[in-house]
Amino acid sequence: MGDAMMRHLRTLAAVSLMLVTALIAAADFDYGLSPRQVAEDTWVVVGRNEDFSFENGGNIVNSAFIVTSEGVVVIDSGPSRRFGEQLRAAIARITDQPILRVLNTHHHPDHFLGNQAFPAASLAALAGTIEGIRRDGESFNENMYRLAGDWMLGTEVTVPGQDIEPGPLTVGEHRLELLALDGHTGTDLAVFDRTTGVLFAGDLLFHDRAPTTPHANIPRWLASIAVLEALPVKVLVPGHGAPTTGSEPISQTRNWLEWLQQTIRSGAESGLDLTEMLDRPLPADEARLAVSAAEYRRSLSHLYPAAEQQALEHGAAGHAH
Amino acid sequence: MKLASLLLAGMLALSPHIHAANDAADPLESARWGDMRKEFFGDQTVVFDTRVEVTAPLTAENPMNVPVAVNAAALPDVREVVVFADFNPIVRILEFTPGAAEASLAFRIKLQQSSPVRAAARTGDGVWHVGGTWVTTTGGGCTVPSTGSASPEWQSRLNEVNGRMWSRQGQGERVRLRIIHPMDTGLAPSVPAFHIESLVLADEKTELMTIRTFEPVSENPLFTIDLAPGTDPARIRVTGRDNNGNRINAWVTR
Ligand SMILES: [Zn+2]
Repeated sequence: MGDAMMRHLRTLAAVSLMLVTALIAAADFDYGLSPRQVAEDTWVVVGRNEDFSFENGGNIVNSAFIVTSEGVVVIDSGPSRRFGEQLRAAIARITDQPILRVLNTHHHPDHFLGNQAFPAASLAALAGTIEGIRRDGESFNENMYRLAGDWMLGTEVTVPGQDIEPGPLTVGEHRLELLALDGHTGTDLAVFDRTTGVLFAGDLLFHDRAPTTPHANIPRWLASIAVLEALPVKVLVPGHGAPTTGSEPISQTRNWLEWLQQTIRSGAESGLDLTEMLDRPLPADEARLAVSAAEYRRSLSHLYPAAEQQALEHGAAGHAH
Repeated sequence: MKLASLLLAGMLALSPHIHAANDAADPLESARWGDMRKEFFGDQTVVFDTRVEVTAPLTAENPMNVPVAVNAAALPDVREVVVFADFNPIVRILEFTPGAAEASLAFRIKLQQSSPVRAAARTGDGVWHVGGTWVTTTGGGCTVPSTGSASPEWQSRLNEVNGRMWSRQGQGERVRLRIIHPMDTGLAPSVPAFHIESLVLADEKTELMTIRTFEPVSENPLFTIDLAPGTDPARIRVTGRDNNGNRINAWVTR
Protein backbone atom coordinates (compact mmCIF):
# COMPACT_ATOMS: atom_id res chain seq x y z
CA MET A 1 0.00 0.00 0.00
CA GLY A 2 1.40 3.35 -1.02
CA ASP A 3 1.73 6.46 1.07
CA ALA A 4 -0.58 8.22 -1.33
CA MET A 5 -3.35 5.75 -0.57
CA MET A 6 -2.95 6.20 3.16
CA ARG A 7 -2.91 9.96 2.79
CA HIS A 8 -6.03 9.76 0.71
CA LEU A 9 -7.81 7.59 3.26
CA ARG A 10 -6.81 9.96 6.00
CA THR A 11 -8.11 12.97 4.06
CA LEU A 12 -11.33 11.16 3.34
CA ALA A 13 -11.84 10.24 6.97
CA ALA A 14 -11.04 13.79 8.03
CA VAL A 15 -13.49 15.23 5.51
CA SER A 16 -16.23 12.82 6.58
CA LEU A 17 -15.64 13.65 10.23
CA MET A 18 -15.76 17.35 9.42
CA LEU A 19 -19.11 16.92 7.67
CA VAL A 20 -20.55 15.08 10.65
CA THR A 21 -19.23 17.66 13.11
CA ALA A 22 -20.64 20.40 10.92
CA LEU A 23 -24.06 18.74 10.84
CA ILE A 24 -24.13 18.71 14.62
CA ALA A 25 -22.54 22.12 15.26
CA ALA A 26 -24.41 23.93 12.53
CA ALA A 27 -27.90 22.85 13.53
CA ASP A 28 -28.67 26.39 14.71
CA PHE A 29 -26.02 28.21 12.59
CA ASP A 30 -25.01 30.40 15.51
CA TYR A 31 -21.65 32.11 14.97
CA GLY A 32 -21.57 33.04 18.67
CA LEU A 33 -20.44 36.58 17.89
CA SER A 34 -19.39 38.48 20.97
CA PRO A 35 -18.01 41.99 20.36
CA ARG A 36 -14.82 42.85 22.23
CA GLN A 37 -14.30 46.50 23.18
CA VAL A 38 -10.84 47.69 22.03
CA ALA A 39 -11.18 51.47 22.63
CA GLU A 40 -13.84 54.03 23.51
CA ASP A 41 -16.97 53.43 21.34
CA THR A 42 -15.03 50.79 19.40
CA TRP A 43 -15.80 47.07 19.19
CA VAL A 44 -14.37 44.14 17.26
CA VAL A 45 -15.90 40.74 16.51
CA VAL A 46 -12.79 38.59 16.24
CA GLY A 47 -12.82 35.61 13.85
CA ARG A 48 -10.81 32.42 14.19
CA ASN A 49 -7.35 32.04 12.70
CA GLU A 50 -8.47 29.20 10.45
CA ASP A 51 -9.39 28.35 6.87
CA PHE A 52 -13.02 28.51 5.75
CA SER A 53 -14.80 25.34 6.82
CA PHE A 54 -18.19 23.68 7.34
CA GLU A 55 -17.36 23.90 11.02
CA ASN A 56 -16.64 27.63 11.34
CA GLY A 57 -19.12 28.71 8.65
CA GLY A 58 -16.64 31.28 7.35
CA ASN A 59 -16.16 33.02 10.69
CA ILE A 60 -12.44 33.60 10.20
CA VAL A 61 -12.54 37.34 9.71
CA ASN A 62 -12.72 40.46 11.90
CA SER A 63 -15.68 42.83 11.72
CA ALA A 64 -15.61 46.06 13.70
CA PHE A 65 -17.91 48.93 14.55
CA ILE A 66 -17.69 52.43 15.99
CA VAL A 67 -20.69 53.75 17.91
CA THR A 68 -21.05 57.52 17.38
CA SER A 69 -23.71 60.09 18.22
CA GLU A 70 -24.67 60.15 14.53
CA GLY A 71 -24.99 56.40 14.17
CA VAL A 72 -22.90 53.24 13.88
CA VAL A 73 -20.04 52.81 11.39
CA VAL A 74 -19.43 49.13 10.56
CA ILE A 75 -16.17 47.98 9.00
CA ASP A 76 -16.61 44.73 7.02
CA SER A 77 -19.84 42.75 7.15
CA GLY A 78 -18.57 39.15 7.32
CA PRO A 79 -18.83 36.02 5.17
CA SER A 80 -22.60 35.36 4.93
CA ARG A 81 -26.12 36.76 5.30
CA ARG A 82 -26.46 34.93 8.64
CA PHE A 83 -23.21 36.48 9.85
CA GLY A 84 -24.43 39.95 8.84
CA GLU A 85 -27.74 39.39 10.67
CA GLN A 86 -25.99 38.15 13.80
CA LEU A 87 -23.52 41.04 13.66
CA ARG A 88 -26.40 43.49 13.42
CA ALA A 89 -28.09 41.82 16.40
CA ALA A 90 -24.83 41.99 18.38
CA ILE A 91 -24.56 45.72 17.61
CA ALA A 92 -28.18 46.24 18.73
CA ARG A 93 -27.36 44.62 22.08
CA ILE A 94 -24.72 47.33 22.64
CA THR A 95 -26.38 50.45 21.24
CA ASP A 96 -29.72 51.60 19.89
CA GLN A 97 -28.01 53.98 17.46
CA PRO A 98 -28.99 53.23 13.86
CA ILE A 99 -26.57 51.81 11.28
CA LEU A 100 -25.12 54.81 9.46
CA ARG A 101 -22.41 53.31 7.26
CA VAL A 102 -21.11 49.85 6.38
CA LEU A 103 -17.66 50.03 4.78
CA ASN A 104 -16.23 47.05 2.88
CA THR A 105 -12.42 47.22 3.06
CA HIS A 106 -11.95 45.11 -0.10
CA HIS A 107 -13.77 42.71 -2.41
CA HIS A 108 -12.93 39.40 -0.71
CA PRO A 109 -16.05 37.38 0.17
CA ASP A 110 -15.55 37.26 3.95
CA HIS A 111 -15.52 41.07 4.03
CA PHE A 112 -18.76 41.84 2.15
CA LEU A 113 -21.14 38.84 1.97
CA GLY A 114 -22.89 40.03 5.16
CA ASN A 115 -23.96 43.28 3.40
CA GLN A 116 -27.44 41.89 2.74
CA ALA A 117 -28.35 42.22 6.44
CA PHE A 118 -27.73 46.00 6.48
CA PRO A 119 -29.73 48.93 5.04
CA ALA A 120 -28.89 49.26 1.33
CA ALA A 121 -28.27 52.99 1.70
CA SER A 122 -25.59 52.40 4.34
CA LEU A 123 -23.34 50.22 2.12
CA ALA A 124 -20.20 51.96 0.87
CA ALA A 125 -16.74 51.12 -0.49
CA LEU A 126 -13.98 52.51 -2.68
CA ALA A 127 -14.82 52.46 -6.41
CA GLY A 128 -12.31 49.67 -7.16
CA THR A 129 -13.87 47.47 -4.48
CA ILE A 130 -17.37 48.02 -5.85
CA GLU A 131 -16.11 47.07 -9.29
CA GLY A 132 -14.41 43.95 -7.83
CA ILE A 133 -17.60 42.85 -6.05
CA ARG A 134 -19.53 43.31 -9.29
CA ARG A 135 -16.97 41.31 -11.25
CA ASP A 136 -16.09 38.46 -8.85
CA GLY A 137 -18.91 38.53 -6.26
CA GLU A 138 -21.01 35.74 -7.76
CA SER A 139 -18.16 33.30 -8.18
CA PHE A 140 -16.87 34.10 -4.66
CA ASN A 141 -20.35 33.47 -3.26
CA GLU A 142 -20.59 30.11 -5.09
CA ASN A 143 -17.18 29.15 -3.80
CA MET A 144 -18.17 30.06 -0.23
CA TYR A 145 -21.10 27.62 -0.49
CA ARG A 146 -18.59 24.93 -1.41
CA LEU A 147 -16.33 25.82 1.53
CA ALA A 148 -18.85 26.65 4.28
CA GLY A 149 -22.02 24.79 3.19
CA ASP A 150 -25.42 25.61 4.65
CA TRP A 151 -24.09 28.48 6.77
CA MET A 152 -24.31 30.36 3.47
CA LEU A 153 -28.02 29.66 2.83
CA GLY A 154 -29.83 32.70 1.49
CA THR A 155 -26.65 34.72 0.98
CA GLU A 156 -26.78 36.98 -2.07
CA VAL A 157 -24.17 39.37 -3.38
CA THR A 158 -25.17 42.91 -2.35
CA VAL A 159 -23.07 45.53 -4.12
CA PRO A 160 -22.50 48.76 -2.15
CA GLY A 161 -24.33 51.61 -3.85
CA GLN A 162 -22.11 54.40 -2.57
CA ASP A 163 -18.51 54.91 -3.63
CA ILE A 164 -16.48 56.74 -1.05
CA GLU A 165 -13.62 59.16 -1.56
CA PRO A 166 -10.40 58.68 0.41
CA GLY A 167 -9.61 61.41 2.94
CA PRO A 168 -11.01 62.72 6.23
CA LEU A 169 -14.55 61.84 7.29
CA THR A 170 -16.05 63.11 10.51
CA VAL A 171 -18.82 61.00 12.01
CA GLY A 172 -20.24 62.36 15.28
CA GLU A 173 -17.25 63.01 17.50
CA HIS A 174 -14.96 60.62 15.57
CA ARG A 175 -12.48 62.06 13.08
CA LEU A 176 -11.82 59.19 10.64
CA GLU A 177 -9.23 59.06 7.89
CA LEU A 178 -10.05 56.82 4.91
CA LEU A 179 -6.89 55.55 3.21
CA ALA A 180 -7.09 54.16 -0.33
CA LEU A 181 -4.25 51.63 -0.58
CA ASP A 182 -3.61 48.41 -2.51
CA GLY A 183 -1.47 45.28 -2.67
CA HIS A 184 -3.56 42.70 -0.85
CA THR A 185 -6.04 43.29 -3.68
CA GLY A 186 -6.22 45.99 -6.36
CA THR A 187 -8.10 48.28 -3.92
CA ASP A 188 -7.69 48.09 -0.14
CA LEU A 189 -9.31 50.51 2.28
CA ALA A 190 -7.79 51.18 5.69
CA VAL A 191 -9.69 53.28 8.24
CA PHE A 192 -7.77 55.25 10.87
CA ASP A 193 -9.77 56.78 13.72
CA ARG A 194 -7.73 59.85 14.76
CA THR A 195 -9.97 60.33 17.80
CA THR A 196 -9.21 56.94 19.38
CA GLY A 197 -5.99 55.97 17.57
CA VAL A 198 -7.56 52.73 16.29
CA LEU A 199 -6.39 51.54 12.88
CA PHE A 200 -8.73 49.18 10.96
CA ALA A 201 -6.23 47.75 8.51
CA GLY A 202 -8.42 45.31 6.58
CA ASP A 203 -6.37 42.51 5.05
CA LEU A 204 -3.31 44.69 4.62
CA LEU A 205 -2.37 43.26 8.02
CA PHE A 206 -2.68 39.75 9.45
CA HIS A 207 -1.88 38.75 13.04
CA ASP A 208 -0.52 35.30 13.98
CA ARG A 209 -1.96 34.02 10.71
CA ALA A 210 -0.32 33.65 7.31
CA PRO A 211 -1.50 36.29 4.78
CA THR A 212 -3.60 35.24 1.79
CA THR A 213 -2.52 36.22 -1.71
CA PRO A 214 -5.08 35.33 -4.42
CA HIS A 215 -5.05 38.92 -5.76
CA ALA A 216 -1.81 40.15 -4.24
CA ASN A 217 0.83 42.46 -5.62
CA ILE A 218 3.59 42.07 -3.03
CA PRO A 219 5.65 45.21 -3.80
CA ARG A 220 2.47 47.36 -3.67
CA TRP A 221 1.39 45.61 -0.47
CA LEU A 222 4.74 46.33 1.22
CA ALA A 223 4.43 49.99 0.21
CA SER A 224 0.96 50.13 1.79
CA ILE A 225 2.29 48.61 5.02
CA ALA A 226 4.89 51.41 5.16
CA VAL A 227 2.05 53.97 4.95
CA LEU A 228 0.18 52.28 7.84
CA GLU A 229 3.34 52.04 9.93
CA ALA A 230 3.74 55.83 9.83
CA LEU A 231 0.36 56.45 11.51
CA PRO A 232 0.19 57.23 15.27
CA VAL A 233 -1.64 53.98 16.03
CA LYS A 234 -2.72 53.02 19.55
CA VAL A 235 -4.76 49.90 18.71
CA LEU A 236 -4.30 47.87 15.58
CA VAL A 237 -7.23 45.85 14.20
CA PRO A 238 -5.98 43.46 11.49
CA GLY A 239 -8.31 41.83 8.93
CA HIS A 240 -7.55 38.44 10.46
CA GLY A 241 -6.17 37.72 13.94
CA ALA A 242 -6.49 39.39 17.33
CA PRO A 243 -6.50 43.19 17.74
CA THR A 244 -3.40 44.42 19.57
CA THR A 245 -1.76 47.50 21.06
CA GLY A 246 1.55 46.18 19.73
CA SER A 247 2.98 46.22 16.20
CA GLU A 248 3.34 42.47 15.58
CA PRO A 249 0.82 42.43 12.71
CA ILE A 250 3.09 44.89 10.84
CA SER A 251 6.32 42.94 11.34
CA GLN A 252 4.68 39.55 10.81
CA THR A 253 2.88 40.53 7.60
CA ARG A 254 5.95 42.31 6.21
CA ASN A 255 8.33 39.47 7.08
CA TRP A 256 6.03 36.88 5.53
CA LEU A 257 5.62 38.85 2.30
CA GLU A 258 9.33 39.60 1.97
CA TRP A 259 10.21 35.96 2.61
CA LEU A 260 7.56 34.75 0.15
CA GLN A 261 8.71 37.15 -2.56
CA GLN A 262 12.34 36.19 -2.09
CA THR A 263 11.55 32.45 -2.02
CA ILE A 264 9.51 32.66 -5.20
CA ARG A 265 12.06 34.81 -7.07
CA SER A 266 15.06 32.71 -6.17
CA GLY A 267 13.18 29.46 -6.87
CA ALA A 268 12.18 30.59 -10.34
CA GLU A 269 15.62 32.07 -11.05
CA SER A 270 17.34 28.81 -10.13
CA GLY A 271 15.04 26.77 -12.36
CA LEU A 272 13.02 24.92 -9.73
CA ASP A 273 9.71 23.41 -10.78
CA LEU A 274 6.51 24.23 -8.88
CA THR A 275 6.31 20.66 -7.55
CA GLU A 276 9.79 21.09 -6.04
CA MET A 277 8.78 24.43 -4.48
CA LEU A 278 5.62 22.92 -2.91
CA ASP A 279 7.76 20.35 -1.13
CA ARG A 280 9.96 22.82 0.74
CA PRO A 281 9.65 23.11 4.52
CA LEU A 282 8.93 26.58 5.95
CA PRO A 283 11.48 28.43 8.08
CA ALA A 284 10.60 28.47 11.81
CA ASP A 285 9.42 32.11 11.89
CA GLU A 286 6.99 31.57 9.05
CA ALA A 287 5.90 28.09 10.20
CA ARG A 288 4.74 29.61 13.50
CA LEU A 289 1.82 31.47 11.87
CA ALA A 290 -1.58 29.74 11.69
CA VAL A 291 -2.45 28.09 8.33
CA SER A 292 1.11 28.80 7.14
CA ALA A 293 1.74 25.56 5.22
CA ALA A 294 -1.57 25.80 3.34
CA GLU A 295 -1.15 29.52 2.57
CA TYR A 296 2.43 28.98 1.35
CA ARG A 297 1.18 26.36 -1.14
CA ARG A 298 -1.76 28.50 -2.23
CA SER A 299 0.54 31.49 -2.67
CA LEU A 300 2.86 29.44 -4.88
CA SER A 301 -0.09 28.51 -7.04
CA HIS A 302 -1.07 32.21 -7.32
CA LEU A 303 2.37 33.77 -7.72
CA TYR A 304 4.92 31.21 -8.96
CA PRO A 305 3.72 30.98 -12.60
CA ALA A 306 4.38 34.70 -13.17
CA ALA A 307 7.83 34.43 -11.57
CA GLU A 308 8.65 31.41 -13.77
CA GLN A 309 7.51 33.25 -16.84
CA GLN A 310 9.73 36.19 -15.96
CA ALA A 311 12.74 33.94 -15.34
CA LEU A 312 12.18 32.20 -18.69
CA GLU A 313 11.63 35.38 -20.70
CA HIS A 314 14.93 36.71 -19.38
CA GLY A 315 16.63 33.54 -20.55
CA ALA A 316 17.86 33.59 -24.14
CA ALA A 317 15.45 31.89 -26.51
CA GLY A 318 13.44 32.68 -29.56
CA HIS A 319 12.32 31.54 -32.95
CA ALA A 320 14.87 29.79 -35.12
CA HIS A 321 15.00 30.82 -38.74
CA MET B 1 -23.27 10.25 18.52
CA LYS B 2 -24.84 7.06 17.17
CA LEU B 3 -26.21 9.05 14.25
CA ALA B 4 -22.81 10.57 13.67
CA SER B 5 -21.01 7.23 13.44
CA LEU B 6 -23.70 5.81 11.18
CA LEU B 7 -23.30 8.78 8.87
CA LEU B 8 -19.55 8.38 8.91
CA ALA B 9 -19.76 4.69 8.06
CA GLY B 10 -22.24 5.45 5.30
CA MET B 11 -20.03 8.06 3.73
CA LEU B 12 -17.01 5.80 3.74
CA ALA B 13 -18.98 2.97 2.14
CA LEU B 14 -20.36 5.24 -0.57
CA SER B 15 -16.94 6.65 -1.42
CA PRO B 16 -15.71 5.62 -4.88
CA HIS B 17 -12.19 5.15 -3.46
CA ILE B 18 -12.88 2.42 -0.96
CA HIS B 19 -13.46 -0.93 -2.60
CA ALA B 20 -13.55 -4.55 -1.62
CA ALA B 21 -10.72 -6.91 -2.51
CA ASN B 22 -11.91 -7.39 -6.10
CA ASP B 23 -10.01 -4.24 -7.10
CA ALA B 24 -7.25 -4.44 -4.50
CA ALA B 25 -4.46 -4.66 -7.06
CA ASP B 26 -4.62 -0.92 -7.70
CA PRO B 27 -2.85 0.90 -4.86
CA LEU B 28 -4.96 4.00 -5.61
CA GLU B 29 -8.17 1.90 -5.54
CA SER B 30 -9.74 3.73 -8.45
CA ALA B 31 -13.03 2.44 -9.85
CA ARG B 32 -11.68 3.29 -13.31
CA TRP B 33 -8.43 1.30 -13.09
CA GLY B 34 -9.86 -1.70 -15.00
CA ASP B 35 -10.83 0.55 -17.92
CA MET B 36 -7.49 2.36 -17.81
CA ARG B 37 -5.61 -0.91 -17.92
CA LYS B 38 -7.62 -2.10 -20.91
CA GLU B 39 -7.32 1.18 -22.79
CA PHE B 40 -3.62 1.82 -22.30
CA PHE B 41 -2.05 -1.62 -21.99
CA GLY B 42 -4.37 -4.28 -23.49
CA ASP B 43 -2.90 -7.61 -22.46
CA GLN B 44 0.67 -6.39 -21.95
CA THR B 45 2.36 -6.97 -18.57
CA VAL B 46 1.61 -4.24 -16.03
CA VAL B 47 3.12 -3.89 -12.56
CA PHE B 48 2.61 -1.22 -9.90
CA ASP B 49 6.05 0.14 -9.17
CA THR B 50 7.01 2.81 -6.65
CA ARG B 51 10.10 3.58 -8.75
CA VAL B 52 7.75 5.52 -11.02
CA GLU B 53 7.20 8.65 -8.93
CA VAL B 54 4.34 11.03 -9.65
CA THR B 55 4.53 14.23 -7.59
CA ALA B 56 1.51 16.52 -7.43
CA PRO B 57 -0.22 18.47 -4.67
CA LEU B 58 -2.69 16.47 -2.58
CA THR B 59 -5.16 19.31 -3.15
CA ALA B 60 -4.91 21.33 -6.35
CA GLU B 61 -5.50 25.04 -5.77
CA ASN B 62 -6.09 25.77 -9.46
CA PRO B 63 -7.72 22.97 -11.50
CA MET B 64 -6.60 24.71 -14.72
CA ASN B 65 -2.96 24.51 -13.75
CA VAL B 66 -2.11 21.48 -11.59
CA PRO B 67 1.64 20.93 -11.30
CA VAL B 68 2.75 17.34 -11.94
CA ALA B 69 6.27 15.87 -11.98
CA VAL B 70 6.95 12.37 -13.27
CA ASN B 71 10.23 10.65 -12.47
CA ALA B 72 10.96 7.16 -13.73
CA ALA B 73 14.74 7.63 -13.77
CA ALA B 74 15.19 4.96 -11.08
CA LEU B 75 14.09 2.33 -13.64
CA PRO B 76 16.63 0.94 -16.12
CA ASP B 77 16.08 1.28 -19.87
CA VAL B 78 12.89 3.33 -20.01
CA ARG B 79 11.63 3.47 -23.61
CA GLU B 80 8.41 5.41 -23.22
CA VAL B 81 6.26 7.03 -20.50
CA VAL B 82 2.48 7.58 -20.69
CA VAL B 83 0.67 9.96 -18.29
CA PHE B 84 -3.10 9.81 -17.69
CA ALA B 85 -5.83 10.76 -15.19
CA ASP B 86 -8.56 8.14 -14.60
CA PHE B 87 -11.47 10.55 -14.08
CA ASN B 88 -10.69 13.23 -16.64
CA PRO B 89 -13.10 13.52 -19.60
CA ILE B 90 -9.98 13.16 -21.76
CA VAL B 91 -7.83 10.73 -19.80
CA ARG B 92 -4.64 10.80 -21.89
CA ILE B 93 -2.44 13.75 -20.87
CA LEU B 94 0.93 13.23 -22.52
CA GLU B 95 3.53 10.69 -23.57
CA PHE B 96 7.26 11.09 -23.72
CA THR B 97 10.24 9.20 -25.02
CA PRO B 98 13.50 9.97 -23.25
CA GLY B 99 16.43 9.99 -25.65
CA ALA B 100 19.54 11.43 -24.03
CA ALA B 101 17.33 13.05 -21.36
CA GLU B 102 16.46 11.38 -18.10
CA ALA B 103 13.12 9.60 -17.84
CA SER B 104 11.59 12.51 -15.97
CA LEU B 105 9.37 15.40 -16.95
CA ALA B 106 7.42 18.10 -15.09
CA PHE B 107 4.41 19.89 -16.58
CA ARG B 108 0.95 21.34 -15.67
CA ILE B 109 -2.43 19.78 -16.35
CA LYS B 110 -6.15 20.55 -16.30
CA LEU B 111 -8.33 18.40 -14.05
CA GLN B 112 -12.09 18.22 -14.35
CA GLN B 113 -12.55 16.49 -10.98
CA SER B 114 -10.54 14.71 -8.29
CA SER B 115 -8.62 11.87 -9.90
CA PRO B 116 -5.59 9.62 -9.75
CA VAL B 117 -2.82 11.01 -11.94
CA ARG B 118 -0.65 8.15 -13.16
CA ALA B 119 2.49 7.56 -15.14
CA ALA B 120 3.33 4.27 -16.82
CA ALA B 121 6.91 3.63 -17.95
CA ARG B 122 7.65 0.88 -20.47
CA THR B 123 11.07 -0.68 -20.01
CA GLY B 124 13.11 -2.52 -22.67
CA ASP B 125 11.64 -5.88 -21.63
CA GLY B 126 8.16 -4.65 -22.58
CA VAL B 127 6.84 -4.38 -19.01
CA TRP B 128 4.77 -1.32 -18.03
CA HIS B 129 5.63 0.06 -14.58
CA VAL B 130 2.82 2.18 -13.13
CA GLY B 131 3.00 4.80 -10.38
CA GLY B 132 0.59 7.56 -9.42
CA THR B 133 -1.03 9.78 -6.85
CA TRP B 134 -4.50 11.12 -6.05
CA VAL B 135 -5.15 14.80 -6.64
CA THR B 136 -8.22 16.35 -5.01
CA THR B 137 -9.72 19.38 -6.71
CA THR B 138 -12.93 21.39 -6.93
CA GLY B 139 -12.58 20.72 -10.64
CA GLY B 140 -13.95 22.19 -13.83
CA GLY B 141 -10.48 22.59 -15.38
CA CYS B 142 -11.33 20.93 -18.70
CA THR B 143 -14.56 22.68 -19.67
CA VAL B 144 -13.35 26.26 -19.21
CA PRO B 145 -12.12 28.02 -22.35
CA SER B 146 -8.48 29.15 -22.30
CA THR B 147 -7.75 32.80 -21.57
CA GLY B 148 -6.02 32.79 -24.97
CA SER B 149 -9.18 31.85 -26.83
CA ALA B 150 -10.92 34.91 -25.37
CA SER B 151 -8.28 37.44 -26.40
CA PRO B 152 -6.71 38.00 -29.80
CA GLU B 153 -3.29 38.79 -28.29
CA TRP B 154 -1.92 35.27 -28.27
CA GLN B 155 -2.32 34.93 -32.03
CA SER B 156 0.73 37.06 -32.74
CA ARG B 157 2.72 35.03 -30.20
CA LEU B 158 1.32 31.55 -30.97
CA ASN B 159 3.99 28.86 -30.57
CA GLU B 160 6.55 31.35 -29.27
CA VAL B 161 9.05 29.53 -27.04
CA ASN B 162 10.70 30.95 -23.92
CA GLY B 163 13.34 28.67 -22.52
CA ARG B 164 16.42 28.52 -20.39
CA MET B 165 19.03 26.01 -19.26
CA TRP B 166 20.53 25.57 -15.81
CA SER B 167 23.47 23.49 -14.68
CA ARG B 168 22.57 20.94 -12.00
CA GLN B 169 26.08 20.96 -10.50
CA GLY B 170 27.63 17.93 -12.17
CA GLN B 171 24.33 16.09 -12.54
CA GLY B 172 23.65 17.30 -16.06
CA GLU B 173 21.61 20.18 -17.38
CA ARG B 174 18.06 21.24 -16.60
CA VAL B 175 15.97 22.68 -19.43
CA ARG B 176 12.74 24.60 -18.83
CA LEU B 177 10.59 25.84 -21.66
CA ARG B 178 7.24 27.47 -22.06
CA ILE B 179 5.27 27.67 -25.29
CA ILE B 180 2.48 30.17 -25.94
CA HIS B 181 -0.57 28.10 -26.89
CA PRO B 182 -4.23 28.12 -25.73
CA MET B 183 -4.39 24.29 -25.48
CA ASP B 184 -8.19 24.33 -25.77
CA THR B 185 -9.76 20.96 -24.96
CA GLY B 186 -12.77 21.24 -27.29
CA LEU B 187 -15.02 20.62 -24.25
CA ALA B 188 -15.88 24.28 -23.60
CA PRO B 189 -18.99 25.37 -25.54
CA SER B 190 -18.15 26.53 -29.10
CA VAL B 191 -14.36 26.52 -28.57
CA PRO B 192 -12.84 23.81 -30.80
CA ALA B 193 -9.95 21.61 -29.65
CA PHE B 194 -6.69 23.41 -30.39
CA HIS B 195 -3.57 22.00 -28.83
CA ILE B 196 0.09 21.18 -29.35
CA GLU B 197 0.55 17.59 -30.52
CA SER B 198 4.27 17.05 -30.64
CA LEU B 199 7.55 18.48 -29.42
CA VAL B 200 11.07 17.28 -30.13
CA LEU B 201 14.10 18.48 -28.17
CA ALA B 202 17.47 17.85 -29.78
CA ASP B 203 21.03 19.09 -29.60
CA GLU B 204 23.33 19.30 -32.65
CA LYS B 205 23.89 15.52 -32.64
CA THR B 206 21.09 13.63 -30.93
CA GLU B 207 17.47 13.63 -29.96
CA LEU B 208 17.04 14.42 -26.25
CA MET B 209 13.32 13.86 -25.78
CA THR B 210 10.11 13.54 -27.77
CA ILE B 211 6.87 14.67 -26.12
CA ARG B 212 3.35 14.03 -27.45
CA THR B 213 0.84 16.30 -25.75
CA PHE B 214 -2.95 16.03 -25.54
CA GLU B 215 -5.81 18.36 -24.57
CA PRO B 216 -5.44 18.15 -20.74
CA VAL B 217 -1.99 19.81 -20.78
CA SER B 218 -2.43 23.36 -19.40
CA GLU B 219 -2.54 26.55 -21.45
CA ASN B 220 0.91 27.96 -22.30
CA PRO B 221 2.56 24.64 -21.41
CA LEU B 222 5.68 24.69 -19.28
CA PHE B 223 8.03 21.70 -19.30
CA THR B 224 10.98 20.87 -17.06
CA ILE B 225 13.42 18.34 -18.51
CA ASP B 226 16.62 17.05 -16.93
CA LEU B 227 19.44 15.88 -19.17
CA ALA B 228 21.69 13.00 -18.11
CA PRO B 229 25.16 13.90 -16.79
CA GLY B 230 27.61 14.17 -19.68
CA THR B 231 25.11 15.58 -22.18
CA ASP B 232 26.26 19.14 -22.25
CA PRO B 233 24.72 20.87 -25.22
CA ALA B 234 25.47 24.55 -25.83
CA ARG B 235 21.97 24.96 -27.22
CA ILE B 236 18.86 22.88 -27.77
CA ARG B 237 16.51 22.97 -30.70
CA VAL B 238 12.78 22.66 -30.02
CA THR B 239 10.54 21.69 -32.93
CA GLY B 240 6.94 20.61 -33.03
CA ARG B 241 3.43 21.34 -34.26
CA ASP B 242 -0.16 21.71 -33.11
CA ASN B 243 -3.29 19.95 -34.37
CA ASN B 244 -3.90 22.78 -36.87
CA GLY B 245 -0.50 22.28 -38.44
CA ASN B 246 1.15 25.39 -36.94
CA ARG B 247 4.88 24.84 -36.46
CA ILE B 248 7.07 25.31 -33.41
CA ASN B 249 10.73 25.98 -34.10
CA ALA B 250 13.07 27.61 -31.59
CA TRP B 251 16.48 27.41 -29.94
CA VAL B 252 16.94 27.35 -26.19
CA THR B 253 20.31 28.48 -24.90
CA ARG B 254 21.90 29.00 -21.54
ZN1 LIG C 1 -8.75 39.56 1.83
